[in-house]
Amino acid sequence: MESILAEAKKVAEEAEVFMVSSEETPVQFEANRLKHIQSKQSTSVALRIVRQGKIGYAAATQLDDRQELVNMAVETAEFGMTARFELPSFTSYPQIEVFDPAVESVSTEEMVKLGEELISTIKAHTPDLVCDAAVSKEVISVRIINSRGGQANYKQSIFSLGIEGQLIRDTDMLFVGEGQNSCHPIPESKTVAEVVLQQLDLAKDRASAPTKLLPVVFTHHGVASSLIAPLIAAFNGKVVLEGASPIGSKLGQLVFDEKLQLWDDPTIAYRPASRPCDDEGIPSQRTPLIEQGVVANFLYDLQTAALAHTQSTGNGHRSRGGLPAPSPSAFIIAPGKATFDQMVADIKEGLVVEQLMGATQGNILGGDFSGNVLLGYKVENGKIVGRVKDTMVSGNIYQLLKQITAIGSDARWVGGFLNTPPLYFPSVSVASK
Amino acid sequence: MMHIEVVGRQLVETLKSYSADYIEVHLEESQTSHIAYRGKELESIDRTTAIGGNVRALVRGGWGFVSFNNLDELPGRVELAVRQAQFVGNEESKLAPVEPVVDTVLTPASTNPLTMPLAEKKQLLDEYNDIIWRTPRLQTSSINYGDGHKKVIFLNSLGSYIEQERTDITLRLTAIAAEGSEVQQAGLSLGSRDDFSLIQGRHRQVEQLAQRAVELLSAPQVSGGEYTVVLDPVLAGVFVHEAFGHLSEADFVYENDRLRQIMTLGKEFGSVELNIVDSAAMPGLRGSYKYDDEGVPATKTYLIREGKLVGRLHSRETAAKMNEEPTGNARAINYRYPPIVRMTNTYIEPKAASLDDIIGDIKEGVYAKNWYGGMTSMEMFTFSAGEAYMIRNGKVAEMLRPVVLTGNVFTTLKNIDAIGNDLEMNQGGGCGKGEQMPLPVANGSPHIRIRHCLVGGR
Repeated sequence: MESILAEAKKVAEEAEVFMVSSEETPVQFEANRLKHIQSKQSTSVALRIVRQGKIGYAAATQLDDRQELVNMAVETAEFGMTARFELPSFTSYPQIEVFDPAVESVSTEEMVKLGEELISTIKAHTPDLVCDAAVSKEVISVRIINSRGGQANYKQSIFSLGIEGQLIRDTDMLFVGEGQNSCHPIPESKTVAEVVLQQLDLAKDRASAPTKLLPVVFTHHGVASSLIAPLIAAFNGKVVLEGASPIGSKLGQLVFDEKLQLWDDPTIAYRPASRPCDDEGIPSQRTPLIEQGVVANFLYDLQTAALAHTQSTGNGHRSRGGLPAPSPSAFIIAPGKATFDQMVADIKEGLVVEQLMGATQGNILGGDFSGNVLLGYKVENGKIVGRVKDTMVSGNIYQLLKQITAIGSDARWVGGFLNTPPLYFPSVSVASK
Repeated sequence: MMHIEVVGRQLVETLKSYSADYIEVHLEESQTSHIAYRGKELESIDRTTAIGGNVRALVRGGWGFVSFNNLDELPGRVELAVRQAQFVGNEESKLAPVEPVVDTVLTPASTNPLTMPLAEKKQLLDEYNDIIWRTPRLQTSSINYGDGHKKVIFLNSLGSYIEQERTDITLRLTAIAAEGSEVQQAGLSLGSRDDFSLIQGRHRQVEQLAQRAVELLSAPQVSGGEYTVVLDPVLAGVFVHEAFGHLSEADFVYENDRLRQIMTLGKEFGSVELNIVDSAAMPGLRGSYKYDDEGVPATKTYLIREGKLVGRLHSRETAAKMNEEPTGNARAINYRYPPIVRMTNTYIEPKAASLDDIIGDIKEGVYAKNWYGGMTSMEMFTFSAGEAYMIRNGKVAEMLRPVVLTGNVFTTLKNIDAIGNDLEMNQGGGCGKGEQMPLPVANGSPHIRIRHCLVGGR
């Protein structure tokens, strides 16, 4: 890496080398049985330069052809955007624990056992269920060095466990599923199994939904599948800078229900979304986004922050080997006071949405969502009476989040990215056959 | 630097010597370039190169898979894959027999967009961006251009050695209009296997796209409910991909007894007018190839013929386990993943109806065009239109905000009651399955009409 930096400095004013390597071992179960064991080694190195004031960028998987990497970066710099930022010089980083050596030493046998235990617990409840499951361990190493003497490096371990079950009766298909991940090994499958068993219980009977406005509770997964994609776009500093965020001009204004609190947090110990610094070597920080309904901050990388005359929030993220761009690390929505049962008990006629399919494939920027209820339940007189199908739920998140009836008391991680409680709204558009 | 040809030649003799039922190796060399605009500015431009590979081994029905960027110590990686497979396997290995193939499929250097100067690509994108920005009331725009060229060497323990090159070009343009806190967007996706000229000369379409984004600000939202819906060839292509294509992928079915009962060949899914085909053998499209990633020659497969299920898409394993012929549909997006059953170029065959015939007798309905995306859970699926209009008294009427449509595979295909004569293949899409996306595919259809289609709205 040092020699790439040295080569680059010969032709550019500034240079930065970013390298990530990983070793991952996924164990996969198909149709209730162990099917596949994998081992994936990967390395990539990316070079960002500033040459004659302009940004150039190239990435490769091999470290040995330094000149080729530098040449490609120089070629792109001819057309690149003018650099407005300064790379960080030597910085100290917060102590954020994201590596547990115990993950590396979990044996394949133990991973297989964990997956088998999960499948057998769920099959004991519903023998006809066909399950696909995955248990995976991964160790990632990140290192960044730049021409201003900045350098960062850290190691991260990730262990994950997930299951999807499918139940078919005639041509009726039910899909259930849950996953969990951590920087520690996950010793038992109970937490994941409990969520799936509850889904199976609630979906046992069938119910039908009417076509009208109804009160709706979005569960953890429901929130994740319907409401979050528009917020990710809206708080992106780049979208704000372009004037394409509906809340871009509303910093400091009350836009959401006063009960709503949202922040971005890469500093929680042993979470897969945490890290001591972002992909540009800027120290991690917790950034409030919505405070009591008020828009508090947007998320920035170095270049976007410079263009917007503000500071990076440590949210420079490289996806698919490209240039850094603003991206949240982990969205956290603060829990409220209502239990799930209290929210359901409050509804005379309404829905609980657990999984909305296709909801994020529309005008996300404008906040619209519309999807098919892949898993959701009808509520009548305060009780869940069964699963609904052939039903669409649609709305606009800016309208919904203005008036929240209640925020659930039980916040959970959905995947590695979102920690949210269930959210209960008074009136959402439902269309059904 | 190690060349993958050298590595491949070294391995070819040794693969038979391991105690596995089957071993295959993929070695891959690729280059990409990418140019992105946000608003008026070129925002990022980059180039990448990658070299990597994988080994997949099958022992007593269990699979091991090892992927890597580091090409050193390959025999050790083969041994690891074999050990993993031995750990998993506890039954008989089944793979449909195919003849070993030794072949080389090269793309002519002239069609490799990586050899084209960046300045030339940028020139075209500048023209499109200028057109977008000539539209009044536009807030911002984004343009994403990407191209890639790769060479993949496939070898297996049966003696196959196939070297294939492929090129892929994609261009996505989005125009965004805003007024107060109202934001609307319109998009256009283009793609090509290896012909840069297919994304040139689209100036008129780009102009319409920008105008549409602005018009959407004042367009109403449809009220949710059931409608008679007419889909244009682009959206109908997404529909056939989501509504039926995924369900015909045999890896969903082969180890699932109940699903096998539902998906029995001969089962009726649509009217006698309905024919659905998947064909990687159709030349020149983004889903086209000569051999799949298991070295099986591409085929043209009828999935539905005259409304009845007549075939499905297979890997060698799913074909063997279902006692059907392999179709050459095992694909991987790159060397980091094992091949799985995927679609290629999927389409509804054209029939006789003109667009006027299709729309003429609809009193009130929705004309949905273009795509945002689509998803499926096999039984139920959604697909979202990038552009929509009401149909009133047989005529296309006012513009609507984009709509999301949903259906159920066991009823919606039967509700197709008119199929047009104007088949078009759309190359702007990418397909996702598991972690593997976007995979280059093409979808197509003529205009089609669906009765009783559920549309989401306010």
